[in-house]
Amino acid sequence: MSFRKFFQPEANRHKVLAAGHVVPEAARCVQCGICSYNCPVGIDVRRHVWLGQPVKDSHCLTCGECVARCPRGVLRFEQTDLFVRVPE
Amino acid sequence: MRRYAIIGAGVAGIAAAEAIRTLDRAAEISLVGDEPQGFYSRPGLAYFLTGELPVKQLILYSQQDWRGLNVRYVKGWATRLLPQAHQVELGKAGALAYDRLLLATGASAVRLDVPGVELEGVVKLDHFEDAQRILRLARRTRTAVVVGGGITALELAEGLAAQKVKVNYFLRGDRYWSNVLDEVESRIVEHRLEEKGVQIHDHMEIAQILGRRGRVSGVQTTKGEKLRCGMVAVAVGIRPRLELAQAAGLATERGILVNEYLQSSEVDIFAAGDVAQVYDPLAGRSILDNLWNPAREQGGAAGLNMAGQARAYRKAIPFNVTRLAGLKVTIIGAVGGGRDDDLVAIARGDSETFRKLPQAIAMEMGAEVNHLRLMVGEGTLVGALVMGDQTLSRPLQELIVAQADITALRTHLLMPGASLGDLVMDFWKAWRTNAA
Repeated sequence: MSFRKFFQPEANRHKVLAAGHVVPEAARCVQCGICSYNCPVGIDVRRHVWLGQPVKDSHCLTCGECVARCPRGVLRFEQTDLFVRVPE
Repeated sequence: MRRYAIIGAGVAGIAAAEAIRTLDRAAEISLVGDEPQGFYSRPGLAYFLTGELPVKQLILYSQQDWRGLNVRYVKGWATRLLPQAHQVELGKAGALAYDRLLLATGASAVRLDVPGVELEGVVKLDHFEDAQRILRLARRTRTAVVVGGGITALELAEGLAAQKVKVNYFLRGDRYWSNVLDEVESRIVEHRLEEKGVQIHDHMEIAQILGRRGRVSGVQTTKGEKLRCGMVAVAVGIRPRLELAQAAGLATERGILVNEYLQSSEVDIFAAGDVAQVYDPLAGRSILDNLWNPAREQGGAAGLNMAGQARAYRKAIPFNVTRLAGLKVTIIGAVGGGRDDDLVAIARGDSETFRKLPQAIAMEMGAEVNHLRLMVGEGTLVGALVMGDQTLSRPLQELIVAQADITALRTHLLMPGASLGDLVMDFWKAWRTNAA
């Protein structure tokens, strides 16, 4: 494995970190809680979905664990403009 | 101060209580539930069976949530309903007087009608305790037989296979969930189940469950064969829990008949969720839905109506997302027709609208894991089934719900060898831009 490739996933992660947050599509959700169970920092993602709210918790790592584990495709990343560089 | 009583602490009952509370801070709300765990995710039981979740994770309301909702939770069940007196009898727990009542009693699994169903080891997946019992039994069971169609039967088969139980899955008909899936989709699911070690037997029915010392020891099929097993898991459909309503003289058919305001034949009694057969003005008839989200929406609308804010329940285009043999599957609108020999009643996770055969042309594309079926009507898409990759699911949902005019797309879709996915995606992007 090349040096560059070895670091690729980490680089991608940081890209997501800076550019998005987790958004639910509540109609797909049955509140099973796999998202909350797998959140490494203990955010109750399920509760956000019940309330129809995006995960804007400052502790969210945007690691994608909840997005990937959800058996029903409820969660997705949505880009935020917060960190997008404005052209000078 | 108005007194509200809600019978049933499932998602419809909780949604109603939440809705009432938004309008009436002072109201006295009593919630009667017969499940000791309170409010939990019934569909999540499937992931408890596969070992993806610990059981306590399924419980949805914390002590703090209960305090916030400020309801009186009565553990027990209603034994008699007295509409004239505005009272519900609760057996040993006494009686409850109400001004407005919601029946959100849900539905129960239908029992298999064969000798031997009373033996220990014959299981269903209705409640929390059922799932716990299945896992306990799975620890000392090497072989199981699963019977039934629909989502729950598959959850049982997958759950038991994940617990290292050898599963024999009996299908009465020739393929899996034939009233919703088409043949290719059924075969995809069956093939993936077989990869997980589930052995599928089509045209196979149980004639008798055999037992030894009160426990399941095997089954005898209608063909006369005997198969040894320690567990028989049954999911042949569910039936609304109507007893209370029927005994009280409310209008019922297969469910409690309610109008668009979720109001039954008694003005102060409402019904929502699996037990409610809701009038749909578009279809011109009353429909049963056995899905989590319609139950939540119906409960919410019923709560607002009960608290005095008129809110007609508009049945959305039926939409269900599930996981079949590890594949994400989204079903939107009307996709199938006919009947399913494996079900004697509507299945959990089903809507009668899924099974309405639309006036449409079915188009398919895709391979083993990513499969797409579109039901193309005259000027609109009337239904879709997306299996595997879910990228197209949201665009299709939007186009179907909005009844978008697809005249321009239709001819392209109907061309031989058309790339349906790309065509839909491009069309949706343009449609969205125009709509914005």
